[in-house]
Amino acid sequence: MLNTEYYNDKVVRQFLLASAVWGIIGMTIGLYAAAELMWPGLNLDIPWLTFSRIRPDHTFGVIFAFGGSALMGTCYYVVQRTGHARLALDRLAGFTFWGWQLICVLAMVTMPLGITQSKEYAEPEWFIDILIAVVWVSFGVVFFASLTRRRIKHIYVANWYYGAFIIAVGLLHIVNNLALPASLWKSYPIYSGVVDAMVQWWYGHNAVAFFLTAGFLGMMYYFVPRQAQQPLWSYRFSIVNFWALISVYMWAGSHHLMYTALPDWVQSVGMAFSLILLMPSWGSAANGLLTFNGSWHRLKNDPAAKFMVMALVFYAAATFEGSMMAIKTVNSLSHYTDWTIAHVHSGSLGWVAMITIGSLYAMAPRALGRPAMHSQRGMELHFWLHMAGTLLYVGAMWTAGVTEGLMWRATQPDGALTYGFLDSLIAIKPMYLIRWIGGVLILSGMWVMAWNLWHTAADARARLIKPIAVPIPEPVPRQVPTPLPVAG
Amino acid sequence: MAYKHFEAIEKHVGLLGILIAIFVSIGGLAEITPLFMEAHAVKAPPGVKPYDPLRLIGRDVYVREGCYLCHSQMIRALRFETQRYGHFSTAEESVYDRPFQWGSKRTGPDLARVGGKYSDQWQRLHLMNPRQLVPQSNMPGYPWLATKKLDAADIEARMRTLRRLGDPYSDADIASVPAAVAGKTEMDALIAYLQGLGIRNEPTPATLPTATVGNGGAP
Repeated sequence: MLNTEYYNDKVVRQFLLASAVWGIIGMTIGLYAAAELMWPGLNLDIPWLTFSRIRPDHTFGVIFAFGGSALMGTCYYVVQRTGHARLALDRLAGFTFWGWQLICVLAMVTMPLGITQSKEYAEPEWFIDILIAVVWVSFGVVFFASLTRRRIKHIYVANWYYGAFIIAVGLLHIVNNLALPASLWKSYPIYSGVVDAMVQWWYGHNAVAFFLTAGFLGMMYYFVPRQAQQPLWSYRFSIVNFWALISVYMWAGSHHLMYTALPDWVQSVGMAFSLILLMPSWGSAANGLLTFNGSWHRLKNDPAAKFMVMALVFYAAATFEGSMMAIKTVNSLSHYTDWTIAHVHSGSLGWVAMITIGSLYAMAPRALGRPAMHSQRGMELHFWLHMAGTLLYVGAMWTAGVTEGLMWRATQPDGALTYGFLDSLIAIKPMYLIRWIGGVLILSGMWVMAWNLWHTAADARARLIKPIAVPIPEPVPRQVPTPLPVAG
Repeated sequence: MAYKHFEAIEKHVGLLGILIAIFVSIGGLAEITPLFMEAHAVKAPPGVKPYDPLRLIGRDVYVREGCYLCHSQMIRALRFETQRYGHFSTAEESVYDRPFQWGSKRTGPDLARVGGKYSDQWQRLHLMNPRQLVPQSNMPGYPWLATKKLDAADIEARMRTLRRLGDPYSDADIASVPAAVAGKTEMDALIAYLQGLGIRNEPTPATLPTATVGNGGAP
């Protein structure tokens, strides 16, 4: 009895709930912002409802609140399951949950009020940034302390990615947000002009690399083999991909600043490494997809597996597109246009949201003490709503982006520009409508998921579920850490 | 490397963490360190001073309202860009920009050289309700700017903070704030900022329309 140890699934369930709620909030704001681009009167002349005020709320809401909660929840789930040990430091883990939720609420409230640093994906002001740093370091402490408690000596690959995600995001966040406050609500960064631009896009690009890629690859490496019920296709291949990915990504940030006042050599280095980056990106996607070899038939009846496979397809597509967009000649067309928006959303709706939703559907029943999700058909419906919405969204924005890019550069035989700027806006307005319809489908899917999770969580709400005991492996000399006392 | 070397990494959490930290740091260090040295050598163009009080607060209004989300301030070195917007942007033009406002998306046109292209009155009407002047525009209106008065003490605190970061504001500059912003609204400040873009940060003060100095917002 003394040796019985239970998984800490409470904090996992909390993050699961938070993720679903923030997903709906973040996407609702995105849908409203998209509507405003078509019907600009929708801001009703209210400052905090205006597109330029709520756009950071949409990005923060979906990336850090929805994605962040899902990442932290699955990270705590995976590190326990792969190490056969309970999460370390229960109270600190609880603090990371409440701390992160506080950060999300503060950020989501202050940004529409105009309290912003205006650095994309790092908009929250200095006092929130300090809180983020504190919670992030605590998250790292819980994660690495849990790894040291593991009973399986070999650290599973998913944990490398979660580890890289925690270390790199902490580093990026602190360096990019160094600022001097002028008042409680306003600070100025210590960098200015071109240095600020480089630091910001080193951050912005690597937030994509380590938050939206490495973190979610961690999720993928655990939940894809789990859902395919097959071992990872190649363990060695994942070693190459991991080290290549984390070292190459950091070089590529300057592709956000092509043809700008940034020194030319940095632009070229950024382009070269962006092309190299395609290899580890496709390597990871291939490793995930090939893991389904021999169990493709599962796709027929398992919506979670469908989400995961489509996520990997979108990951491969979006990383290919990203590398191509980093080629200077392509970038000269795509930059500043809605093509960028298409690319980001094929990555975020296709890859990030789908791997998250697939993983949540795989994890939720286990964390909520049920054999399966409440409704299989609900999951199916969500999959098709999400797929259709993403394709409409991305297709519309690709069309819009290429249209803008071509119209901006079109010249008459005498060398004069063919179109005024406004012509390009008028040309793409129908695409904004199609994008909005895609958004409606995606948000409807999220509501179906919320309904499904609500019913799956019935036992948890009634406090009927029992904690799951850690399967403690046979002791190996000098390997097993001292077991904890009985845990609740 | 033989697999056993990786095995050692994958069985020791401390080693794994340290190696991750090293691998993720190389790229940033290799690019940002030389850039820091190179970019810190970029000085303001001759005759260009940090933002005067009204334009400074106008710039902060631009940041607060999130204008950068739809308007870039970075004309790329491409022919069709310079043809539409003017000379390509240079590093020295944004030395006083904390944070930089280059932007990443153009739902509206680039603003790096918008100064002087439209009258103050046009800017005011356009900011109140863009569709009064451009019926097909999808830009939101910002009518609340016209009613918000400026707070001199707040602007002084901002200038002192910027001075601590290295921007060359003199005591006289800071003392001039109350007179410079008396009776002015956020709308006046934003217009003064916009009218200075591509003009007041340029090395040719001779082209500066002197009538707008200290009178940036007045129609």
